[in-house]
Amino acid sequence: MSTPPTQCEISMTVNGEKKTVHAFPMARLLDVLREHLRLTGVKEGCGEGECGSCSVLMDGNLVNSCLIPILQTQGSNIVTVEGLAQGPQLEKLQQALLDCGGAQCGICTPGILMAARYLLNRKPRPTLEDIREGLSGNLCRCTGYAQICDAVAEASVRENAL
Amino acid sequence: MTSEQIIGKAVPRKEGWDKVTGRAQYIDDITMPGMIYGATVRSSIPRGIIRNITFPPHIPWDEFVIVSASKDIPGKNLITLILDDQPCLADGVVNHPEEPILLLAHSNRYLLRKAVDAVVIEYDPLPAIFTIAESENRAQIIWGTDNIFKTYLVEKGNVDSIWNDAAYIVEGEYTTEAQEQLYIENNGMIAQYDSSHGITVWGSLQCPYYVHKALMMLCNLPEDKVRVVQTETGGAFGGKEEYPSMIAGHAALLAMKSGKPVKIVYDRMEDMTATTKRHPSRTRHRTAVDRNGKILGGEIDFVIDGGAYATLSSVVLSRGTIHAGGPYYWPHIRIRAKAVATNAPPHGAFRGFGAPQSLFAMELHMERIAAAVGISSVEIRKRNFLQPGQTTTTDQVIREPIDLSRLLDRALELSDYQAKKNLFDIHNKTASQKKAIGIAAFLHGAGFTGSGERYLASVVGVEGLPDGRVRVLVSSTEFGQGTKTVLSQIAAETLRLPYEDVEMAQPDTETVPNSGPTVASRTAMVVGKLVQSAARGIMQTLLASGSLNESYSREDFLAACRKYVAEHGELKSWARYEAPPDIFWDDQRYRGEAYAAYAWAVYIAEITLDLATYTVTVDDFVALQEVGKVLHPVLARGQITGGVAQGIGYALYEKVVWNNGRMQNGQMTNYIMPTSADLPPIRVYFEELGNVHGAFGAKGIGELPMDGPAPAIVNAVADAAGVRFNSIPLLPEDIFSVVSAAAEEADHVPQGVR
Repeated sequence: MSTPPTQCEISMTVNGEKKTVHAFPMARLLDVLREHLRLTGVKEGCGEGECGSCSVLMDGNLVNSCLIPILQTQGSNIVTVEGLAQGPQLEKLQQALLDCGGAQCGICTPGILMAARYLLNRKPRPTLEDIREGLSGNLCRCTGYAQICDAVAEASVRENAL
Repeated sequence: MTSEQIIGKAVPRKEGWDKVTGRAQYIDDITMPGMIYGATVRSSIPRGIIRNITFPPHIPWDEFVIVSASKDIPGKNLITLILDDQPCLADGVVNHPEEPILLLAHSNRYLLRKAVDAVVIEYDPLPAIFTIAESENRAQIIWGTDNIFKTYLVEKGNVDSIWNDAAYIVEGEYTTEAQEQLYIENNGMIAQYDSSHGITVWGSLQCPYYVHKALMMLCNLPEDKVRVVQTETGGAFGGKEEYPSMIAGHAALLAMKSGKPVKIVYDRMEDMTATTKRHPSRTRHRTAVDRNGKILGGEIDFVIDGGAYATLSSVVLSRGTIHAGGPYYWPHIRIRAKAVATNAPPHGAFRGFGAPQSLFAMELHMERIAAAVGISSVEIRKRNFLQPGQTTTTDQVIREPIDLSRLLDRALELSDYQAKKNLFDIHNKTASQKKAIGIAAFLHGAGFTGSGERYLASVVGVEGLPDGRVRVLVSSTEFGQGTKTVLSQIAAETLRLPYEDVEMAQPDTETVPNSGPTVASRTAMVVGKLVQSAARGIMQTLLASGSLNESYSREDFLAACRKYVAEHGELKSWARYEAPPDIFWDDQRYRGEAYAAYAWAVYIAEITLDLATYTVTVDDFVALQEVGKVLHPVLARGQITGGVAQGIGYALYEKVVWNNGRMQNGQMTNYIMPTSADLPPIRVYFEELGNVHGAFGAKGIGELPMDGPAPAIVNAVADAAGVRFNSIPLLPEDIFSVVSAAAEEADHVPQGVR
């Protein structure tokens, strides 16, 4: 039998805080976030990078955390849905999603929010086509996406009205 | 805030804040001290006798909790539902792939996975059957004496008398395939047991009292020793109606044996391959039509494939049967329906519940009738639409003032139907990307079929809280559709309180009454009406107590409620369903008022068919429906757009690939549902006739949008291709094979005959 892998020490910034975890090198970022750091807003829908429910920002890029071995995250900056709102106030994107009916059962919502955040960070004034493309890696079975797209457009308007 | 501002207003979703912050706790987000993980060892063959089970020595089996059918079930080895034919664990024989055989639990999930794979089960295989035709042929009897779970016969008038008067007799056969619900949250449960409290399960589910009943029987525990709590549920669509009883049963058995809390959460492949899907169906139509295109009568033969156990098939069949005639007037009709057994995992509830299947057939068949008579898709429908005063196929008189021709005209206008049709006729003469526009008209009954609501006798409670606010007590569950929000609106409107003063109890069988399952588009209409009654009871109690006047303000109400609760300990009001006196249903003859209300709709799909790739793109979609009072415009629109998206998937994207009764593509990678980049603008319009049987005039809305997209799209694809299609799904390879077969046939027809 092969010897079991040893755990590695990983330091990263998660939602603005320095974190150090000990995990097997091929542990999924998804599991480390959910189980070690109890950030259960990060959801597992498929475990193979299709549904986007586990989307987080890693060094500003949108990634499926189910596909990232923890070894790759050394020194990185991770933002999850829990890191979007500062304090008790929702951020404009979250509020827009609520107002427009973009969250139904809510299980895809954290991933949708991260994908939309990533899009708006890169493109503060996206077209509808940009939004449809930007969310196309996140499956939602409830909404048919229409009200999610409305919400991202609305968030863009509200954020640019600052 | 006055009452008029709550009903019909887009108030914030009750649990919305938790959902957009990631704080909402779904079952996999919950852990308990000492909790271990459970998993299911399943059959690898469709049918056979279990000869031997061995546990290879490379796994430390003494660390595992192992549950088997023969040793570890305190009660009956059943998942009780309608017919008690489905075991919780296979005992000696298996009847479908992925049937549960053994349960394992361990604190290490990774070792658990290895252990599940390590168990060796030897079988003596038996011949299995996989299609409706094989089941009907009875080469193998796999269920009962004839492979038939249930039959219905609906007869109206004398259909045998009409054939001689027919100018045209139009026949057709239409089939639909299975569809996976594909909620994004996989199924999961946690169970905990101790001898004083009994068993408690928390989980992702639609129907707490279905699970409650199943656990009482399985665990041999009295009512008060079984507690079922719904946690935040990440989509369901019917897929969490019956199967959660199975998973709860498994978790409960492991918890009882181990004495520890046990969590079972399926991964995507287990969820897709082992749990329920939409029933495959076959519908045959034979219709007599006069020279003007008026339907004289007809015969419909409707069959669904129920899989290996009866589960909900009889009820799915019922709804499909009653909807089989569509929104049309049939002077004479005979509908024969049956649900048959095959060696696939049981098919089950999925939004629409039999109606999408039979309505698909009806709406394709209308096109065939139109073609035979030589009139348009619009005209054939207008000449046959049900009108107020006429009767449905079950002899139910249409009492509401629905005008389907006007509804159709409005949909034509909204979609610019005629202009586009003319334009596409010219465009298609030269283009290889053919464009077309298709129609589907349909209805959907709200609430349980026939006597169902009478049998359910749902109970709803409203209670006054010590701070003066109120709480609604129902077992009706939220899984995205807005149950919590809409029922709060109804209570708030009834009590003339702000929406924020109403809260919803968590569905927990220890604290909420049985308001029935959250299915059948019944929550807003049936449960909503009961919430209204129970809330009125609270108001009447407070008025009678003397501490509240008729013209009360919010503050007056809160003060009176606080005072009452302080003085009497509690303030609760209950309402139980009572069937309206004008609702009568004959279960034996399948006649009468099948549903207290119907929603009506016309959907129009505009598509492009690319004859180079055989792909279909939906370019525009108009969804016009009459759903009674729209209680919440944003949620209502969300129900329609979501349902239409699932319908588009049903028609064009989603195909279950079967091999020996097992789904081969149980992954999101190869079972494809639409993404945001695939869908057209879905334009949603409502008409609001109202409904005396629903709270503030509401009807059911949840299932309706599943019925129309597939036939509207396929009618358009047929028009674009110039070829008939009789089945869904239509993936490019399916379109290719139908189009090329038609071309080949045309080549073989002798010149003179063409």
